[in-house]
Amino acid sequence: MKDKAERTVIAIERVTKRYGALKAVDAVSLDLAEGEFFALLGPSGCGKTTLLRAVAGFVRPDEGRVLLDGRDMTPLRPNKRPINMMFQSYALFPHMSVAANVAYGLEVEGVDRRETQRRVGEILEMTHLSDFASRKPDQLSGGQRQRVALARALVKRPRVLLLDEPLAALDKKLREQMQLELKRMQEEVGVTFVVVTHDQEEALVMADRMAVLRDGVVQQVGAPRTLYERPANRFVAGFIGKMNVFRGEAADGGLRVSGRLIRGDGDLAPAARPIAAVRPERLRLVDAPPADGDDAENALPGRILDIAYHGQDMNVRLSVEAAEDPVIVRLTADAAEAGDWSPGREVWCCWRREHTRLLADG
Amino acid sequence: MPRSLLRDWILLGPGLTWLALLLVAPCAIVFFFAFFERGVYGGVDYVFGFDNFGRAFDPLYLSIFLKSAKIAGLATLVALLIGYPAAYAIARAAPRRQTVFLVLVMLPFWSNYLIRTYAWIVLLNREGLINQALTALGLINEPLSLLYNEFAVVTGLVYNYLPFVILAIFASISRLNPETLEASEDLGASSVRTFFRVTLPLTIPGVAAGAVFVFVLSIGNFITPDLLGGGRIQMVGNIIYDQFLTARDWPFGATLSMMLIGVMMILLFTQAMVVRRMQGDREGAHA
Repeated sequence: MKDKAERTVIAIERVTKRYGALKAVDAVSLDLAEGEFFALLGPSGCGKTTLLRAVAGFVRPDEGRVLLDGRDMTPLRPNKRPINMMFQSYALFPHMSVAANVAYGLEVEGVDRRETQRRVGEILEMTHLSDFASRKPDQLSGGQRQRVALARALVKRPRVLLLDEPLAALDKKLREQMQLELKRMQEEVGVTFVVVTHDQEEALVMADRMAVLRDGVVQQVGAPRTLYERPANRFVAGFIGKMNVFRGEAADGGLRVSGRLIRGDGDLAPAARPIAAVRPERLRLVDAPPADGDDAENALPGRILDIAYHGQDMNVRLSVEAAEDPVIVRLTADAAEAGDWSPGREVWCCWRREHTRLLADG
Repeated sequence: MPRSLLRDWILLGPGLTWLALLLVAPCAIVFFFAFFERGVYGGVDYVFGFDNFGRAFDPLYLSIFLKSAKIAGLATLVALLIGYPAAYAIARAAPRRQTVFLVLVMLPFWSNYLIRTYAWIVLLNREGLINQALTALGLINEPLSLLYNEFAVVTGLVYNYLPFVILAIFASISRLNPETLEASEDLGASSVRTFFRVTLPLTIPGVAAGAVFVFVLSIGNFITPDLLGGGRIQMVGNIIYDQFLTARDWPFGATLSMMLIGVMMILLFTQAMVVRRMQGDREGAHA
């Protein structure tokens, strides 16, 4: 984990970008720290790519500024910014060899030939591309092309590397492998990485910190663990991972659901419709409710609808009166074997108080 | 015969027959004539020999070949210089405007080639619209000689073949991935540098196709030099025309035709090689 007190490299100050009547990015402010791996996460159309392109210089904000090391970069063209981008399509130059692609940015900068060769060799080694230096992009696999794009951007030693959906074009297995590879490389070069992704798992695995965007507005910023375990609102709770949601009425510092008081943390704004949210892996199934005096446990009755066996765990779907959708309980192999869980059975699902988020439904 | 092969032959049949009857056969006849002699009253004396080829390399005819190549080359160059920026602008325009521009590019084809060429006579002659306008503006005292010279011929050729150049280059540019150009800028290149290092190299196939098109059609053209050159500009096409229809020396006309076809074939082959080099080695070595 990185030290939060590190200094700011990029400051995004109230950046707004409109397309006609639509606000693609709406007064977004973010500080990106030196050397951190930051993820911009959100569904398609949330404005994350527009925001990334505003940092790169391809989008001129209607309002707000982008500062790099305290200097206003907003009027600068992309070629004047010490920031490089890895494009979603990789955008390799098809008429140039791998080595020429990687050398391009240095040649343009006027770095002398020998230095260029040295740095290109170095980065190709680091990205395991040395054997492919003379190949053309179309003679490479998807994973290799992705590494060329990365090498081409990193060889410039940018202050910040922007990555637009860097793994979207790869198949699932390669993607998982590359998540760790990207993380390793980021730690090796120590450059600030800003990655745009719609894949929450990708963000959770790679990022030191992440921001969730919706309709151009930042919903929450924080470490992946914070966003997963302490989502600020219903949207974040539902976008990252699976979340069970119970409806009720705010009462006695908790939520009254089907006559039982659900306790947890989070504050319930009095006006909004309050909900209690809990992750599937935090739920347990028992035959009888806990004793009435137990403040640490929440419990609700339900009936088992069906069971999905996943090998490493088992998902039990319950019909619970106060829940909007069937409640999902993820049982480990041990927990699954501990009881007789079959469809139609009346059971209780219970979970610990500290695993409950009380939220306003926004 | 495998079914797919049979199907290919059936589908190709009409096209191949058409080409065989109307292209291969006439070419073969022309090729055949090239080795014989002119009859006393026209027609062909079937005495085999290479005399015609010796005659074709006479400095007189060679200079006409070179002059034709120069005019065609000039037309090609001008067409590319005008066509590339236009194609670039159209490819970068919003889709709706793109359609309008493309229709405008094709608009001249709605009228006849001869009529369009005659229109240039109206524009370029001493009392023509251009001279009148320039005189009225006080820019010139005497009318310029714009017609019946090389300038007029090149203008006419460029005008007629420009749409093909624009379409060929437009196709190439619109196939470019815009992120490739952004990547160049992102890596520090100015827009001028991006154009010469990325855009232009990647659109060379379109440029080559357009260039060969203009050059091949120009070097063999005889109507435009006839009408806009006023008989003062002789191109290969005019000589061949004269050999067949005025001098009635079919064998020599055939020889000149063969040489012209040879030049065109070399150019088309070169263009195919350029395109193959740009695309072939990218698709080729995947395995």
